[in-house]
Amino acid sequence: MRNRNKLTMITAASVAVLTLLAGCGGGSGFDDNASSDKPTSDSSQELTVLIGSSGDTETKAVKDAVAAWSEKSGTKATVQVANDLAQQLSQGFAGGDPADVFYLAPEQLAGHASNGSLLAYGDQLKNKSDFYDNLLQTFTYDGKLYAAPKDVSTLQLVINTDMWSEAGLTDADYPTTWDELADVAKKLTNDDHVGLAFNGEYARIGVFLKQAGGGLVSDDGSKAIANTDESLKGLTEVKDLLDTGTVKYASDLGTGWGGEAFGSKKAAMTIEGNWITGGLSADYPDVKYKVVALPEGPAGKGTMHFTNGWGIAADSKNQQGAIDLVEYLTSDDVVMGFAKAFGIMPATKTLADTWKGEFPDLSAFMDGLDYSVTVPTAKGAADVVTDFNAQLEGLKTGDPKTILDKTQTNLEAILK
Amino acid sequence: MSATQAATPRKGRARKIPRQHIDRRGQEISGWLFCLPMIVILGVFMFVPILMALWVSVSDWTGRGTPFGGNVSFVGAENYTDVLAKPGLAQSDFGTALRNNAWYTLIVVPLQTLLSLALAVMLNRKILKARGFFRTAFYFPSVTSSVAITVLWLFLFNAAGPINAMLKWFGVNGPNWFNDPQGIIHIFLGALGVKNGPAVLTEHSFLGVSAWDWLAGPSVAMFAIILMVIFTTSGTYMLMFIAALQSIGEATEEAAIMDGATPWQRMWKVTVPQLKPTIFTVVTLGIIGTWQVFDQIYTGTQGGPAKTTLTTAYLSYSAAFNSQEWGRGAAISFILFVIIIVMTWIQRWVMKDKKMSRRKRAEYEAMKAEARSMTKSEVMSLGASRSGKHAAAATATATVAGKE
Repeated sequence: MRNRNKLTMITAASVAVLTLLAGCGGGSGFDDNASSDKPTSDSSQELTVLIGSSGDTETKAVKDAVAAWSEKSGTKATVQVANDLAQQLSQGFAGGDPADVFYLAPEQLAGHASNGSLLAYGDQLKNKSDFYDNLLQTFTYDGKLYAAPKDVSTLQLVINTDMWSEAGLTDADYPTTWDELADVAKKLTNDDHVGLAFNGEYARIGVFLKQAGGGLVSDDGSKAIANTDESLKGLTEVKDLLDTGTVKYASDLGTGWGGEAFGSKKAAMTIEGNWITGGLSADYPDVKYKVVALPEGPAGKGTMHFTNGWGIAADSKNQQGAIDLVEYLTSDDVVMGFAKAFGIMPATKTLADTWKGEFPDLSAFMDGLDYSVTVPTAKGAADVVTDFNAQLEGLKTGDPKTILDKTQTNLEAILK
Repeated sequence: MSATQAATPRKGRARKIPRQHIDRRGQEISGWLFCLPMIVILGVFMFVPILMALWVSVSDWTGRGTPFGGNVSFVGAENYTDVLAKPGLAQSDFGTALRNNAWYTLIVVPLQTLLSLALAVMLNRKILKARGFFRTAFYFPSVTSSVAITVLWLFLFNAAGPINAMLKWFGVNGPNWFNDPQGIIHIFLGALGVKNGPAVLTEHSFLGVSAWDWLAGPSVAMFAIILMVIFTTSGTYMLMFIAALQSIGEATEEAAIMDGATPWQRMWKVTVPQLKPTIFTVVTLGIIGTWQVFDQIYTGTQGGPAKTTLTTAYLSYSAAFNSQEWGRGAAISFILFVIIIVMTWIQRWVMKDKKMSRRKRAEYEAMKAEARSMTKSEVMSLGASRSGKHAAAATATATVAGKE
């Protein structure tokens, strides 16, 4: 008798708890309001801006810009700095209460766009035509533009000028071909440092694939080209360079990235983007350097660009306000302010010359945009790149063909 | 429960004095009321989330809004087959994570159990001075945040860090710890000249990872993490062993000394068998803890180099939060749950008290019968003859010593 009572009680309690939770679950604001074309514009709603900051200068610059917009528009907006942007964004979308405006990395685009978390506001953006087309392509998913590029970076060759002249090299010796690169790397190597060091990952090694005419995916992102002869030629060149011992991965020198290897004088050259200038002036102010274009491969010039965009949540209560804010944050004055504050490179054609005038030493980075490729952005591509990177760490002892074949299979699986 | 215990002894009296009749129903209700806060808390924060995750693992939820919305549908075991059966990146990632985690568990659990037992036995000795100090010192890593320890470890095991500097004193060129993806068994075989595995091993694969790679052993990077975890957790388990050792009491130890057992014999034949319940607890907690390893990976290596520190729990996290494959992430965590249950169950079965074989039982009975049939004087003479033997042996030793 008592046992049955107990059972009833347990059942009743469980049912009660479940009902309670089902109630919570149902009320978490999930409505299908994505069908309406007109953006929401409840300007009484405060906007939240979630950023992944590189440091205090960036945080302050963004906060100041957002505050200036707030004052101008009369809509309140606050900036939050994420510790782990990807995780905090996902959490916001799952909970139905995401930040309104946020940094959006291209590799995250497909995942968030495919489940309808992002607002495809591209067509409402007034300054859309100012941006470089290949950057807009990066943020296009299923034919819709989901984000305005915030800034852009390209990779070029960074040279330590002291070591350069020490090795008896002059301005005429900047490498323009793979052979010359191997040659100067050899001349620059001594007991204290190697000639060239870079991170052992696709985001650096990809430049060699591009210079050979290969890559991971075709320009429109629809076809996997990882194991073509061109790609193989590019990766084999990297392996050959590593085999000489004058070129090393930054991690093999006990450093975290190419900039650290370069700054701590363990390498005379590195392949890095324009972000290196900030790092060098902060941590290694005594290192003198020069940025030159990467050498040409069999298929001509090639580099990679990386960009970050401003995303807007589909669940935002004030989408119109968010679009206004993004337009303000990508306007010429604000972007140049960011460039001066924390060294970003503008993503708009209108600012290219202004920026080059302001930073003549870094103009090689801006020129790179004419011949650069981006990382693949299809859904699941980030996992494939991670796997490719994992294999690239073993390139020195591995077989380039095997590595590329496996990556090709993985890419074909997600591009189907 | 408390109602029954309280009610039973009073039954007799209750008949005589009807006014003291106990309202069982009321007691039961108040009992439930007292338990209710805990039931609700456990339900809301554990039971229901587990059910929700179970649903996510068989759904196509994409991570937006509630998983119980109208546009989330049931996809059956698809998320499970993706990681278990369908060849591809999801499967080989899971296989890699499983391999890494299995090696990790295989090395960490025995080592941390032995180390903590050794520390406990040493600290339990009366003659040791400053026991309190050592206890605190050994326990300290356990109470320190694992994030802080991980950062410390990254610094210590840097290619140009203190550990490698110390190895250099002995003429050893230390590895590039956290960046070295080579498995230690592969390194060992490589030193013997075996660079590539035999075709039998490289051609056959399980979960997208070839048999040769399953046998790679933990990578150098993973090995550094293994050292770290042993360092941090053995303090906790040491505490458990100390508590168990103190409850054993000195009688058996003294009896063993009287019987002439050596310290080594006393340790393994007398002390350790009595610690069996604690060893069981420590090993069980160890297995569960090692299969769930996450923070060290998240703050330290994020799965790198070359995915050799990717663990099952971290893979589950990154599948959900980084790749937006929420169903797959949940499925991995449920597979992990099953693995832990099975491993614990196997371990329980291995450590269970086995029935004595019939022969051994007969021998044991005979011994007991013999002892019972002996008279007191016989027992006394037994001791005397033995000490006599001892004396003889001692004399012999003395003679030998004298000759030398």
